[in-house]
Amino acid sequence: MGELSRIWRESDHRYRLIGHVCRNCNTVYFPPRDICPTCHRDSVGKMEEIQLSGKGSIFSYTVVHDAPPAFRRQRPYIIALIKLDEGPTLTAQIVDTKPENVSSGKRVHAVFRKIREDGSGGILQYGYKFVIDEPPKA
Amino acid sequence: MQGIVSYGSYVPKYRIKPEEIARVWGEDPDNIKNGIFILSKSVPAPDEDVATISVEAARRALLRGKIDPKDIGAIYIGSESHPYAVKPTATIVASAIGADFRMFAADYEFACKAGTAAMQNVLAMVDSGMIKYGMAIGADTSQGAPGDALEYSASAGGTAFIIGKENVIAEIKHTLSVTSDTPDFWRREGQPYPTHGERFTGEPAYFRHTLSAARGIMEKAGTEPKDYKYVILHQPNGKFPTRAAKTLGFTEEQYKTGLLTPYIGNTYSAAMMNGLSAVLDIASPGDKILAVSFGSGAGSDGFHIEVTDNYEKMDVKSAPTMAEILSNTEFLDYAVYAKFKKKIVMGEELE
Repeated sequence: MGELSRIWRESDHRYRLIGHVCRNCNTVYFPPRDICPTCHRDSVGKMEEIQLSGKGSIFSYTVVHDAPPAFRRQRPYIIALIKLDEGPTLTAQIVDTKPENVSSGKRVHAVFRKIREDGSGGILQYGYKFVIDEPPKA
Repeated sequence: MQGIVSYGSYVPKYRIKPEEIARVWGEDPDNIKNGIFILSKSVPAPDEDVATISVEAARRALLRGKIDPKDIGAIYIGSESHPYAVKPTATIVASAIGADFRMFAADYEFACKAGTAAMQNVLAMVDSGMIKYGMAIGADTSQGAPGDALEYSASAGGTAFIIGKENVIAEIKHTLSVTSDTPDFWRREGQPYPTHGERFTGEPAYFRHTLSAARGIMEKAGTEPKDYKYVILHQPNGKFPTRAAKTLGFTEEQYKTGLLTPYIGNTYSAAMMNGLSAVLDIASPGDKILAVSFGSGAGSDGFHIEVTDNYEKMDVKSAPTMAEILSNTEFLDYAVYAKFKKKIVMGEELE
């Protein structure tokens, strides 16, 4: 049940990339934080929700070949550190591409995908993953 | 005036060709390809389902229409492959787009016409003043048993229409439905794959309902086939809609833009709506559109739609057009397709 309540509690930021911005120093945080780690008590009451664009660049990445059972259908899969345009860096899967197409610096955008299935009868967990931006057609 | 205010579509990137399926099951590929006129069909990735497809289509519709999700008063989603038997896909979509807590939501089921049934429902709610904008989505990741005729066509995709009275780009002037109890196609509770009633699928099901709804709409609107710039009919394969359009007196020029099944397969609840989305990508003010869905079981929904002057104000390219969506593809072989579609059973502990 702990897992279920976590999924429910985190759905805003996992579904919609809702972060927090500290209105004291204007730093954007993802996942959301109640207190700004720089401003500490000065940020109390000044942390506001912010809708992130889901646009960013690959900072670094790795290709997972030894996949856990739940990801075996997607092997090998790509996990990347993505630097969002608003500032925060997050970890997410890169989908709809092959490892040879991935490189640091490539532009990506967030998509809504299934993250995990809890067996055949349990809850389905959804959230963000990223795909590489299509280069503009000539 | 009420009608379509915005629209958005999503089709998974992956494709498989009928000749690859035929190779595995020992069928004559040319026979299959020519028999159903499908050149490839879309395949969802292992992490895609009706909820993810619906969310992507809904977000694109909001983006293109520059609409605040808090103004969406209703979300209805038609599909025959909702991820949960009990827990509406509409709840996931509402949360993912940031819709208001206070709104109408439900999932619909009427085989391939559940999405257009949602359009009619939302249209009536807008007309009555219950809501400002409503979202109707048709999406499917349809199933065909391995080796069955349906495996060559059953594909995945979705389209969302936002319906309202303000900034209408395509007015829905008339709509009607026809319904009968016809045993052409069904899936019993708990069964993974549907069953089709062989000879029932053609004349008594698809053609009777589709042609009746098309003729009924034209009678209501006082129109003839030559009055329409575009016609979109439900497209379980490439052959049926072509034959039905010709029977009604339409030309290839009128039906080719909205005929997507040859390239993406039968997207079920999304089939007619995807076709309408492709037409809206390139329409012009004043264009008349006849759109008819068909759902097994059976019934058809007909729509007489007219593109308005507001269409010119919309930036169609602010969200991916159908041409852009269809240009980004990757072909799979049958083994990878079977893995993606969970036709290879790995056991509970490995899922």
